[in-house]
Amino acid sequence: MVTQKKRNRILTVIAILFLVAFIGFAENNLDLYIVRILNVCAIYAILGMSMNLINGFTGLFSLGHAGFMAVGAYTTALLTIPPAVKKQIFYLAPLIEPLDRINLPFPLALLVGGILAALVGALIAAPTLRLKGDYLAIATLGFAEIIRVVFTNTQTITNGALGLKGIPALTNLWWSFGTAAFTLLVLLSLINSSYGRALKAIREDEIAAESMGINLAKHKTLSFVIGAFFAGIGGGLLGNLLGTIDPKMFSFTFTFNILLIIVLGGMGSLTGSIISAFIVTIANEYLRFLDERINLGFFVIEGKVGMRSVVFSALLMFVVLFYRHGLMGSKEFSWDRFLAGTGQLYQRTLGRLIRRPRKGGYAG
Amino acid sequence: MSLLKLEEIAMWFGGVAALKNFNLEVAPGEIVGLIGPNGAGKTTVFNVITGVYKPTRGRVFFMDREITGLRPDLIAKAGIARTFQNIRLFKGLSVLENVLIAHHLHLKANYLEAILKLPGYRKEERRMREQSLALLERVGLANLRDEPASSLPYGLQRRLEIARALATNPKLLLLDEPAAGMNPKEADDLTEFIAQIREEFALSILLIEHHMNVVLNISERIYVLDYGMMIASGRPEEIQNNQRVIEAYLGVNEDVED
Amino acid sequence: MAFDLFLQHLSNGISLGSLYALIAIGYTMVYGILRLINFAHGDIFMMATYFAFFGIVTFQIPWFITFPLVLVLTAALGMGVEAVAYRPLREAPKISILISAIGASFFLENLTIVLFGGVPKPFPAPKLFTDVVQIGTVSIQKLTFYIPVVTLLSLLGLVYLINKTKVGMAMRAVSMDQEAARVMGINIDHTIAFTFGLGSLLAAVGGIMWGMKFPQIQPLMGVIPGLKCFIAAVIGGIGNIGGAVIGGFILGIGEIMLVAFLPNLTGYRDAFAFVLLILILLYKPTGILGEKTAEKV
Repeated sequence: MVTQKKRNRILTVIAILFLVAFIGFAENNLDLYIVRILNVCAIYAILGMSMNLINGFTGLFSLGHAGFMAVGAYTTALLTIPPAVKKQIFYLAPLIEPLDRINLPFPLALLVGGILAALVGALIAAPTLRLKGDYLAIATLGFAEIIRVVFTNTQTITNGALGLKGIPALTNLWWSFGTAAFTLLVLLSLINSSYGRALKAIREDEIAAESMGINLAKHKTLSFVIGAFFAGIGGGLLGNLLGTIDPKMFSFTFTFNILLIIVLGGMGSLTGSIISAFIVTIANEYLRFLDERINLGFFVIEGKVGMRSVVFSALLMFVVLFYRHGLMGSKEFSWDRFLAGTGQLYQRTLGRLIRRPRKGGYAG
Repeated sequence: MSLLKLEEIAMWFGGVAALKNFNLEVAPGEIVGLIGPNGAGKTTVFNVITGVYKPTRGRVFFMDREITGLRPDLIAKAGIARTFQNIRLFKGLSVLENVLIAHHLHLKANYLEAILKLPGYRKEERRMREQSLALLERVGLANLRDEPASSLPYGLQRRLEIARALATNPKLLLLDEPAAGMNPKEADDLTEFIAQIREEFALSILLIEHHMNVVLNISERIYVLDYGMMIASGRPEEIQNNQRVIEAYLGVNEDVED
Repeated sequence: MAFDLFLQHLSNGISLGSLYALIAIGYTMVYGILRLINFAHGDIFMMATYFAFFGIVTFQIPWFITFPLVLVLTAALGMGVEAVAYRPLREAPKISILISAIGASFFLENLTIVLFGGVPKPFPAPKLFTDVVQIGTVSIQKLTFYIPVVTLLSLLGLVYLINKTKVGMAMRAVSMDQEAARVMGINIDHTIAFTFGLGSLLAAVGGIMWGMKFPQIQPLMGVIPGLKCFIAAVIGGIGNIGGAVIGGFILGIGEIMLVAFLPNLTGYRDAFAFVLLILILLYKPTGILGEKTAEKV
């Protein structure tokens, strides 16, 4: 007899195998457009989970996530663009040494991007984490804007407003989905550990948490830094997917889109953020017809102008007003609930049709 | 030797003195009561001890070490735990998680070890769970371990808060009106309970209470506060007959049970 | 630098500061009464300029009729946003209302883009205001002098309203203690709505003058000034109207002076406000005129 736990494990393994097979198939056979969307979905999942750690699990209202993404994206891009291309794009002012010569393998570049973003997170954490609620929100927003302004003005490092082009397209489904899976595993492990509980305690009641011996500054910084790390990696993956990045991309709008994703998915649920990232990205594409403007590529992240954004912000308001807990609330995906839910759904719809009505009219 | 010593504590908020020239001592193993009319400053005393407020003047000593104005988490690590007048449980978390969290301060493993689930961490996690469950058993909440804390009835929430405080392995326990809202029977049970945990957990206890029965029956000594100043201190019998104390309380307290 | 050049910079700084002050007041009043950052405030300011554009250009209504109309419309818009986006969430956790505020802001911005297009439009400024006067070697717009005057008059009106009228007293009461005010018979919903309307009206005054001074309007024009004005309110002491004015001037004059004396840092002029913000939050989080409030434990 298979126990519930065993059944769940088997289901998870089957799901993973299926996913791996799907990725293998997709990489080679699916339309490039669809592959790109899938990549964006996975990257948004990473960005969503990392922001959820800070905002949803630790309860810190941080609006500076775009800043971390920018640091990661620029770092990875600068480390992977071939030196010859760098010479071309830095035509207003040459890139400083030794960046103009460095070229690192993709995984290493991603890692460095993540680490740098984490460092920035640590720097920002120190002054801002004793602020509460709204103040923290504005301060983190301020820092993200400062980062953006600095990137726009440091011609010799970031190429200023021109941005970076010719970033090698190193991101593929293996990288994006793989990193997303890795992020999920790490964050799940953190959340389910004593440290994760400490973060949730801080979210629930800071004063009580501190009185129970939890060092607020240390734990808030931990959350911030880890969130920034994954945001940086997500940013790096994004840069190497799109091929070009510029400071305008990493505006507050970007952070807002991630915020939308984590609110929709449920602020305390990692799997919720993943599901929501996929839904939002795909819906964003599908609703493209609402836009009046013609867009080159489908940069989901650029400040999307037009009807689509109107719909999205209205959607966010709707969710916040009526479904505050989002899709999953603070629960993670579980096979038990999924199967139970699907079973119920079946009972109520197809089941009614298939069951034969008894004599006397009414189906049990 | 005193376990806890407050020396000439003054606490000013703007122009208002919440505490003035306040002195207090708790000896190891003692149960000391802190009473006074509403607004007398009792919870402020707790907040000064636990570092939530830094006193305007005066010093706090714990086990002969000065702890004045230290961060609350350091004071918890030093061995002082508390409950709150308005119950500050981690509402969205389960009963078990509330108690587990209080074990975190003793965790030796760092966050990387926790994420990687290294054996050292796993062992500590198992121990924390065992201890938490044992504590929940002791207070009779084990069967509710997975319920969200907010779903508990008021009385059980208070018990959970005490269990959570005990989980930090304190030497001194500060209880802020643990009997609030209880009927006489429950208050008696609580009195019994406090006496028991003092023995079982080798605690000293400082207790704020309005339920006179509880305080008078269980305290070895009592301090009386009024308008931020201590107006009397001594054994329960002395306090009961103290004219100033009676005057301070006149017209207050429907829940004095005679 | 030459004195008249300095005078030009100073007058620009004072003008800019006045405009920032007018907008900052809206933020500080709403925060004082609801402890909420009205993210949509900057966009309400932007909508005022578009209302004016609509009135003067599309409907050809003369400016002296359009402008007062804009004030009324913008006030109504502000009250509308409050009713739809904030009032239903009064009892909700803080984070919901903050998200709703951001959502409202984005909604307004994108709606404007959809309705009017994202391309900047020229603001129809009446010649009366844009005429220039010569002082020494520099020419300064008459508007640059009108702005502080109008601002001052508005402030005087505001101070009178807050301190000498019943509704002003209600506003002060609600921002100090909502429950007590309710118990005293003050209609909280009306008072809050009025606060939003008033703040939006002042933002409209600022918006019209801004439109005339920087005669280009576009749907996202309220974002950066909005953020800066909130920062101005924080610097001055959030919840304190005098503080918002002081903060507005510090930011306005400081920004112009930065660009004037350190032209290499012109690209960083927007970051100036954020740097100031971080500094204030680090060293005096309650702001220049603010008071500390302790949380009851």
